[in-house]
Amino acid sequence: MKKRMLCCVLSAAMLVSMTACGSSNDSGSNKTGETITVLNYGKYYDEDALKQFEEETGITVKYEEYESPEEMYTKYKAGSIDYDVICSSEYMVQKLIEEGEVLEMDFPSMENYGNLDASILELSATYDSNHTYSVPFFYGTLGLLYDTTKVDAATVSSWDCLWNPAYKDEIIMENSVRDTFAPALISLGYSLNETNEDHLREALDILKKQKDDGIVYAYYVDETADAMIGEEAAIALCYSGEAALAMEENENLSYAIPKEGSNLWIDSWFVPKTCQNKDAVMKFLNFTCRDDIAEKNFEYVLYSSPINSVVENMDDVYKNDPSICPSNESVSNCEIYVSLSDEDAAKYSTLWQELLSY
Amino acid sequence: MVKKCASRLYMFLIFLFLYLPIIVLIILSFNNSKTRVVWGGFTLDWYKSCFQDEKIMSAFLTTIQITFLSAILSTLIGTLAAIGISAMKKRQQTIYLGATNIPLLNADIVTGISMMLLFVKFMDLGFVTVLVAHITFSIPYVILNVLPKLKACNRSTYEAALDLGASPLYAFYKVTWPEIRPGVFSGFMMAITMSLDDFSITYFTKGPGVNTLSTMLYTELKKGIKPELYALSTILFFAVLFILLLGNVLPQKKAQRALSKQQKDL
Amino acid sequence: MSKFKQQFLAGPYLIWIVGFIILPMLMIVYYAFTNADGGFTFEYITATFASETNRKAMILSLQLGLICTGICLVLSYPLAMILNNMQIKNQSFIVFIFMLPMWMNFMLRILAWKLLLSKNGVFNSILTSLGFERINIINTPAAVVLGMVYDFLPFMLLPIYNSMTRIRKDWIEAAKDLGAGSITIFFKIIVPLTVSGIISGIVMVFVPSLTSFAISQVLGGGQVLLIGNVIEQDFMQGMQWNAGSGLSFVLMIFVIASMALVNLFDKDGEGTAIW
Repeated sequence: MKKRMLCCVLSAAMLVSMTACGSSNDSGSNKTGETITVLNYGKYYDEDALKQFEEETGITVKYEEYESPEEMYTKYKAGSIDYDVICSSEYMVQKLIEEGEVLEMDFPSMENYGNLDASILELSATYDSNHTYSVPFFYGTLGLLYDTTKVDAATVSSWDCLWNPAYKDEIIMENSVRDTFAPALISLGYSLNETNEDHLREALDILKKQKDDGIVYAYYVDETADAMIGEEAAIALCYSGEAALAMEENENLSYAIPKEGSNLWIDSWFVPKTCQNKDAVMKFLNFTCRDDIAEKNFEYVLYSSPINSVVENMDDVYKNDPSICPSNESVSNCEIYVSLSDEDAAKYSTLWQELLSY
Repeated sequence: MVKKCASRLYMFLIFLFLYLPIIVLIILSFNNSKTRVVWGGFTLDWYKSCFQDEKIMSAFLTTIQITFLSAILSTLIGTLAAIGISAMKKRQQTIYLGATNIPLLNADIVTGISMMLLFVKFMDLGFVTVLVAHITFSIPYVILNVLPKLKACNRSTYEAALDLGASPLYAFYKVTWPEIRPGVFSGFMMAITMSLDDFSITYFTKGPGVNTLSTMLYTELKKGIKPELYALSTILFFAVLFILLLGNVLPQKKAQRALSKQQKDL
Repeated sequence: MSKFKQQFLAGPYLIWIVGFIILPMLMIVYYAFTNADGGFTFEYITATFASETNRKAMILSLQLGLICTGICLVLSYPLAMILNNMQIKNQSFIVFIFMLPMWMNFMLRILAWKLLLSKNGVFNSILTSLGFERINIINTPAAVVLGMVYDFLPFMLLPIYNSMTRIRKDWIEAAKDLGAGSITIFFKIIVPLTVSGIISGIVMVFVPSLTSFAISQVLGGGQVLLIGNVIEQDFMQGMQWNAGSGLSFVLMIFVIASMALVNLFDKDGEGTAIW
């Protein structure tokens, strides 16, 4: 009998200690008053700027990061966390708008909205037709980062170099479905938004051949810059900002957008239905679009900023850098991803796994 | 003699295998160069910036809290459970051990996902959910370490103590506890190790703003790892080494002193 | 205290089992047998075997898992014996020295191997400066196995060592007195008495190596797709929770089946230990 009582006491003690740490956790977040939960790509917002926002407004930011748009969608859809504002790629923003998951922006309260480049806003019509749901954050291209000591500029002017057996074990692809399929689809003359299964299979076949020939060194996302700085590979398929960061560290690296065209992407902020404090979110977005903050963030990530003043005040080195300021002709040659239906997304996902397991 | 040399050599080789990566991390923490393997001179800058980095520090704090809370609670529940299970009939034991094996055998990723599915339905993800998940996967390690010790110790001795008038608690403390203590201790250590080490389960059960070192590292890996993290792992390594030295050498010295005192008395 | 009362000590654990082990498992089962609309289906279970991707990933995972477990067993058994035969004075300290690397963060340890193995990494720098050929095993299954062995070795070592400490020295003395050679002693006494340790070691190593996804991701450069990676992608990127649950369910069944086999074997082990 005594033992049983002891056991009860112990389990009670356990409950108490658990609720105790639970409540202490809660009181920690309530003390500071207003809080917003932000979901963004990894390392996509200057931490000092975040701190500055907290100091200026007294609003606490719970900052959460993710890796791929598909991961963001899964996290959001799981519904376990009430996000207040999310930044993601255009096709995911579009998907969520279509699903009715996005709240309209309160633009009149955003005095810095006028700082945004009109041409980028125009481009954003592909996923937010009436400009009611999103605020562009950064944009960029998909292209080839290459090592000038191993490859010349003429070679990377075409996507064909990715299938050249001369670069055995020297090519890094993207570990992300749509970005790795993009060069294959372009080379075959199809759209980046192809959903025809036969055409996708063709693309898969040449990607399989690429892997089978031993050309692929790795499928990376975030390690690409690191690996290229370390001169582990000759050519890498990557985003422009990643390339810009790598080029700052290693002067032998350069970036090119092949002549057949590529993908242009725009990452935008949107307010999901789960938002608890829209006023604070609008303050946050207004803060983000302020000239000095946009400048800070630009220097932190080195992607192309849609804020006018950032482009105007940019160093010439950056202005002439195709990874930061792509030429108009290469932009016009680029295609923006559109959202895929659940069925098509599953199709892509299946083919992707088939490639990886090949 | 040859045998002794061979076994020394074998130990040394495994030792090398286990410590080489750590030595590399330690050397890199003093390396004044951002590219990975090039030596750019000696520096302590990474240590300075490591302590100033709020992200690292808060993740470090969360990791410590989760690890110790979960290890203590799981050792408690696990040891009690092991004592209970050892008194059960074979069939009941099999059921309990089967359930114990589920989180142990299941892929971390499956355990993580299954708990996420549950938490999403009934509570908010956050610190508490991570703690509950860590306790869940730590308990089996405790039980598996304690149960063999319980099986090895003789129940009749315990019953004899009862017959001689000891209270069950006293008899347990005097008879059973010394036998199972190494098992409880290694179970506790394993719980700490597993909890410190876990990535997948934390990843699925954490809420916004709650990051352990593993999940923080995972997001930080995005754009190449910060050298501050080498510094952090060096600090962590030496802290553990220090604690182990404290925990092992001191009690041994005390025991030796006690032993020699006893011998003197005799 | 009677055995009956003693059983109640497992009470808190029982609550824990039901709430945080059984219930979450049921959630997986629910997702595995329903489609996106919530209707009952076997589709995702059969897909585990029908899809070539899954089959390939499964076979590769099994291969790597078995190789890793084998290497861990071969490496740690002699080590456990050596440690067990050492003088008592510093034995536990030496054991801790071998457990110590486990305290470094999992992610950092893997990253360290990446630094060692990569194309221009530490090993290759040393090799080229000495005039040797480079070894390119990064982003291959070999690198993944190496990483797994490094990560899981202590989990094999600790249970085997623990079961070895239970062997009484006088039993071995007795066997020696009765004329047994060291080989006989090894196979007739040491191995049978450590079977339970070996089995928990195998379980602790095989399952995580079979299902790991982070190691294959980092050291395999995305080119080594294990079953864990497939599940991770189903859940985290493909938004195919049902497919992922189906796969997890099959994996669970596979694991429980092999556990039952191991249990049978374990009983034999105990039997021989008694005789």
